[in-house]
Amino acid sequence: MADAALFEFLHTEMVAELWAHDPDPSPGGQKTSLSVLKGMGFRVGQALGERLPRETLAFREELDILKFLCKDLWVAVFQKQMDSLRTNHQGTYVLQDNSFPLLVRMASGLQYLEEAPKFLAFTCGLLRGTLSTLGIKSLVTASVAALPACKFQVVIQKA
Amino acid sequence: MAVCVAVIAKENYPLYIRSVPTESELQFHYMVHTSLDVVDEKVSAMGKALVDQRELYLGLLYPTEDYKVYGYVTNSKVKFVMVVDSSNAALRDNEIRSMFRKLHNSYTDVMCNPFYTPGDRIQSRCACACRGGPAGRGSCSESK
Repeated sequence: MADAALFEFLHTEMVAELWAHDPDPSPGGQKTSLSVLKGMGFRVGQALGERLPRETLAFREELDILKFLCKDLWVAVFQKQMDSLRTNHQGTYVLQDNSFPLLVRMASGLQYLEEAPKFLAFTCGLLRGTLSTLGIKSLVTASVAALPACKFQVVIQKA
Repeated sequence: MAVCVAVIAKENYPLYIRSVPTESELQFHYMVHTSLDVVDEKVSAMGKALVDQRELYLGLLYPTEDYKVYGYVTNSKVKFVMVVDSSNAALRDNEIRSMFRKLHNSYTDVMCNPFYTPGDRIQSRCACACRGGPAGRGSCSESK
């Protein structure tokens, strides 16, 4: 499974690189780096959203698309499925991963809690990009209570 | 073989449209435009019919006296429309399906190209060549 490790290392370097050149530790500078990461994830998500569902038959409803994200997308990128998907049936979905591969190497517990959002920005963009190719405008945010478990909240925006 | 191939974005504007050079290329553009209505009709009809899962290939959209028009929709609501000469011995369904599959593969490759921004017109010599492959066996001379 060398490819999983390759992506993890590349991702770690991306985050490190964006933060190393950031001489401005104020919230403004941080926000730019986060949005750069999200933008990268978005473009990758758009391409994946075209490539992955190629052989699957057409999606019937929103929930099918979210299930596709939790199963096929997560397996393709992180080699595991999402652990749980909850919804309030009104356009908000919470995807929970109990051992997120990009956080698993760091710590188990509350150490590094403030650093965790940097490592989730790319994945938030990825989810938003894939949803956008599949026709859903959304806002994705991530939250960490204790590493390596994290939750991605997807809010569908009705135009 | 196919006389016209079009890739249409989900907002219904053409991303790529190529036809065999004839005097009436505009006619093909009109045909593709009118076929969009038929595509929408089929998609919403299948959606309401509560079939378990909808197929991507839509089949024959409508026949005219000289041409037949076939359609295909991807999961990202990008539509492919192909206009075929009726005078050919009827092309079998699987041949049309395989042409669409190749088109879908080429389109996916275009999406994955880092120099391509989604939503732009597709200008790609490879795309021309791929279209020349399944669609042309000598009938399209503009593929590189």
